[in-house]
Amino acid sequence: MAVNSNGKPERQIMDAQEIQRSLSRIAHEILERNRGVGSLVLVGIHTRGVILSQRLAENIRRFEGSQPPLAELDINLYRDDLQARENPRVRPTKFPVDVRGKRVVLVDDVLFTGRTIRAALDALSDLGRPRQVQLAILVDRGHRELPIRADYVGKNVPTSLDEEVKVRLTETDQYEDVIIVKLGREVK
Amino acid sequence: MTTPDSMALGNDARDMALTDSASNRRNVLDLDDFSAEEIFSVLDDTGAMVEVLGRDIKKVPTLRGRVVVTMFYESSTRTRISFEEAGKVLSADVINMSSSGSSVDKGESLLNTGLTLQAMGVDVVVVRHPHAGAPYLLARHLPKVSVINAGDGLHAHPTQALLDMYTMREKLGSLSGARVVIVGDVLHSRVARSNLWGLTKVGAQVILSGPTTLMPLDLLGGRGELEEDHPFAQVDVDTDLDRAIQGADVVMALRLQSERQHSGFLPSLREYIRRWQVTEERLGKANPGALVMHPGPMNEGVEISTSLAHGDSSVIEAQVTNGVAVRMALLYRLCAGQGNRIGDDP
Repeated sequence: MAVNSNGKPERQIMDAQEIQRSLSRIAHEILERNRGVGSLVLVGIHTRGVILSQRLAENIRRFEGSQPPLAELDINLYRDDLQARENPRVRPTKFPVDVRGKRVVLVDDVLFTGRTIRAALDALSDLGRPRQVQLAILVDRGHRELPIRADYVGKNVPTSLDEEVKVRLTETDQYEDVIIVKLGREVK
Repeated sequence: MTTPDSMALGNDARDMALTDSASNRRNVLDLDDFSAEEIFSVLDDTGAMVEVLGRDIKKVPTLRGRVVVTMFYESSTRTRISFEEAGKVLSADVINMSSSGSSVDKGESLLNTGLTLQAMGVDVVVVRHPHAGAPYLLARHLPKVSVINAGDGLHAHPTQALLDMYTMREKLGSLSGARVVIVGDVLHSRVARSNLWGLTKVGAQVILSGPTTLMPLDLLGGRGELEEDHPFAQVDVDTDLDRAIQGADVVMALRLQSERQHSGFLPSLREYIRRWQVTEERLGKANPGALVMHPGPMNEGVEISTSLAHGDSSVIEAQVTNGVAVRMALLYRLCAGQGNRIGDDP
């Protein structure tokens, strides 16, 4: 296992090509399950979910010739742990389409406790009543604290609570891969 | 905490309450302790709050269970209602207290009222007071409460300055290098003072204009006595509005209080109007697309012409809308991380 600049051990679990293949497969699965682009809306959760949703939409456009509308959701105003957080930032929710009656695919990078998705569902329901909500995730690392599961998963990765899963995308990070970093801290 | 103990807070605790690092801000008292970076991050968050205000259902749950009290020892419409709306949109419980009809009528001191509110578990106190420094007194003695200054005497009105800067940035695209002319009774304006701090920090060019008697020359170092690196050293004063307004990107008119006329600050109202009223003709000398702003309440026909106040260049209504969003961003920020604060009960 390599050691990163902070002296923490890290290992790669997906490289750029694997990320691309996963997104391509998920795009196909979304199309198959929803029988085309129809009433789909891809909703990315800030920050990396937004990028992944754009890439999924691009894949869908290549396969299908048309692309579903995109929206961006910020869930910070729906979190249940504001008092424990330092310097939370709020980013704009951009929802250019009416969510009512749509099949919404929420897109995020990592599924962990499920609390982010719980917040995203609350945020979504404040904007209207979608016909259906599905969830697409690049990495499912387990340790759910809520009854939430993903409909589309890039990769299932068993992890320990002492590890952090980092999805790094060229748009926001220097790299294009998924890594696991060993935090080396006490786990409660 | 008992009352006598909190009165005798040691220096350490006092400093702690007032040390507002950007990393965990407890109070908003003025903009002098904000960095440019923190101002920009508040303005960015404000943009997200504007989106919430544009929804069909203007309500998000983030401050559920938080209690915000507005304590106004001075009359106000827009600021108080703006804070109340901001708190309610974020799902906080907002309680309005005014000095009349409360224990203040019975002679209770500001500090004791504050301590009472702290003992009731209030999270944020928004205070407006006729005396400069009143919010600082509360901040120093109420370690479990966040204090927001909603205007203290002639001293500061930081939330107004932030909403002004948000409005300028939204309309102009950038604050850096923007030429902002503030016209009128700058001497008695807490809005102008907080704007001076904020605007100089983000790199705007500020020009003050108005009668010499109403220019804050002491604040500006009596012309030329400020240290070169003091932010206000770059602020210009030009009593000739027709000259000052040339090339302006923003013209901000300040309210002229009628009592100034009687206390010798003005030769006559007519002369003031002739020389310093912001009019369409004068605005013609500013940059094309220049913004007309006013913190309200306006004396139309005195510091600003009626047609201009309601014309296309006016962003006065946008200022009011953005005021709610700025206050949402600040309430959100102050309520975050409260569980981690020193001085809180475990």
